[in-house]
Amino acid sequence: MSPELVALLVKSFWETCYMVLASTVLASLIGIPLGIILTVTRKDHILPNAAINGILGAIVNATRSTPFIILMVAIIPVTRILVGSSIGTTAAIVPLTISAAPFIARIIESSLLEIDHGVIEASQAMGASPMQIIRKVLLPESLHSIVLGITLAIISLIGYSAMAGALGGGGLGDLAIRYGYQRFQTEVMVTTVIVLIVMVQAMQSLGNFCSRKLNKSKL
Amino acid sequence: MIKLVNVEKTYYSKAGDIHALKATNLEINAGEVFGIIGLSGAGKSTLIRCLNMLEVPTGGKVFIDGEDITSMSDSELRKARQNIGMIFQHFNLLASRTVFDNVAFPLEIQGLSKEEIAKRVTPLLELVQLEDRANYYPSQLSGGQKQRVGIARALASNPKVLLCDEATSALDPQTTQSILTLLKDINKRMNLTIVLITHQMEVVKEICDRVAVIEAGHIIEEGSVFTVFTNPQTETTKEFVKTVSNASLPAIFNPADVKDHYFDGAKLITKLHFLGNSAGDPVVSGMIRKYEVDVNILYGNIDYLQEMPYGTLIIEISGDKAALESSIAYLETAHLRLEVMGYVS
Repeated sequence: MSPELVALLVKSFWETCYMVLASTVLASLIGIPLGIILTVTRKDHILPNAAINGILGAIVNATRSTPFIILMVAIIPVTRILVGSSIGTTAAIVPLTISAAPFIARIIESSLLEIDHGVIEASQAMGASPMQIIRKVLLPESLHSIVLGITLAIISLIGYSAMAGALGGGGLGDLAIRYGYQRFQTEVMVTTVIVLIVMVQAMQSLGNFCSRKLNKSKL
Repeated sequence: MIKLVNVEKTYYSKAGDIHALKATNLEINAGEVFGIIGLSGAGKSTLIRCLNMLEVPTGGKVFIDGEDITSMSDSELRKARQNIGMIFQHFNLLASRTVFDNVAFPLEIQGLSKEEIAKRVTPLLELVQLEDRANYYPSQLSGGQKQRVGIARALASNPKVLLCDEATSALDPQTTQSILTLLKDINKRMNLTIVLITHQMEVVKEICDRVAVIEAGHIIEEGSVFTVFTNPQTETTKEFVKTVSNASLPAIFNPADVKDHYFDGAKLITKLHFLGNSAGDPVVSGMIRKYEVDVNILYGNIDYLQEMPYGTLIIEISGDKAALESSIAYLETAHLRLEVMGYVS
């Protein structure tokens, strides 16, 4: 591989990292509170509210059932308003965030639902307020499971970021398509795929490690 | 201390309403250990959950220390709950917190400072003998130790009442014993009112002062443990009492051979309960001398209920019809409770 190609590979790698990191952070900022609301407003939980739960649930489902490539095109006007352009790495962060946020919300919801109802009941019996239950019981008790869920979200974002790349977002996916596929440079294709595999493996191992460290129920 | 006035709980559902608790009235005095016993589904769990509003009653009022908790706002109720500790069958500890931090939890909720919390938690861990386990996580503890953490946590906010929801049902007999001893000790030392629900009569026998028997959402019997044990009124209560006393018909007799009435050559089998002071009277030897009957002891036991002796004796009396009849009459006048079990050949 020529030095220019190597430089391009490094640049694409960082673009992918940037897209994935930024969209994970932003999607978590939206998805975590959303997941908490989806959980606590369920009918047998601490703040039952059928209306809020139903509306948010429907929005989450609608977003999640739209294929990413269509979502990306459909929200181009929104992207343009938010970042001033619909092309480029930064622009790709908008659809990535919007598609990952509901995914994270569901992950948080299922993690929080794993908590034994008895523990929540015990905190209520001690006089804890709903906010205290969320901060001191729900989140700490499910943290190890949330970490695994966020790891899952990061890994799907790595995959989606390659797709976003194809639409002018840059990153490893873009590189693989333009050089590996369109210019028949197989070694670029192979290298990119290997880099992606290593990234995913590394993320999963890191996620598993952190989750294990945080899980105090299996010591 | 605790007063229930016409407390009701109905679960409404399309399949039909379930009356888990029907107009219940109950008064529990300060400093006593009050047991509520019933089979599963009897409504005892619903009843104890009404005492701290984990279940909101559909009717009636619950007074704790003179305050009606059923008419409180959410924040008033949270404040009131800090005076009502609760322990659970499955402990319900926070898995992500150490023993120390679990006990600290209710104090954190009340917004106490780190120093105040440490000052409060350490002696509690000593009380439940877990000071050397402060930095362990619940998953590293045995069931009995977990329940001790539960007790320390429930006592952290200096409650006036402790509710025990089947607190020993998940524990082995030895551990149950040690937890009951601890509860009794706390009750005496802190003058804490304890309400416990259970399906185990030995728990009631061990530590309760008074007991209520609940069945199908009704309290069917209520009284001091001594009275309920020695003189159960309802079938359900009798069944419960049987589980802790094996003073039933000895197995050598086939129930079918035991007749209700005297027949020629029959021997009388009777159960005698000696209560409190009467345990010292020589009733049986008096009867033998007076009516010239023979007595064969089939079973004998002396138990202590709330530190009062309670003896049970099953005897077989042989003699002629007149002697047996006079013996029964004699025993009935003695200071004991007589239960004629039947006649055998």
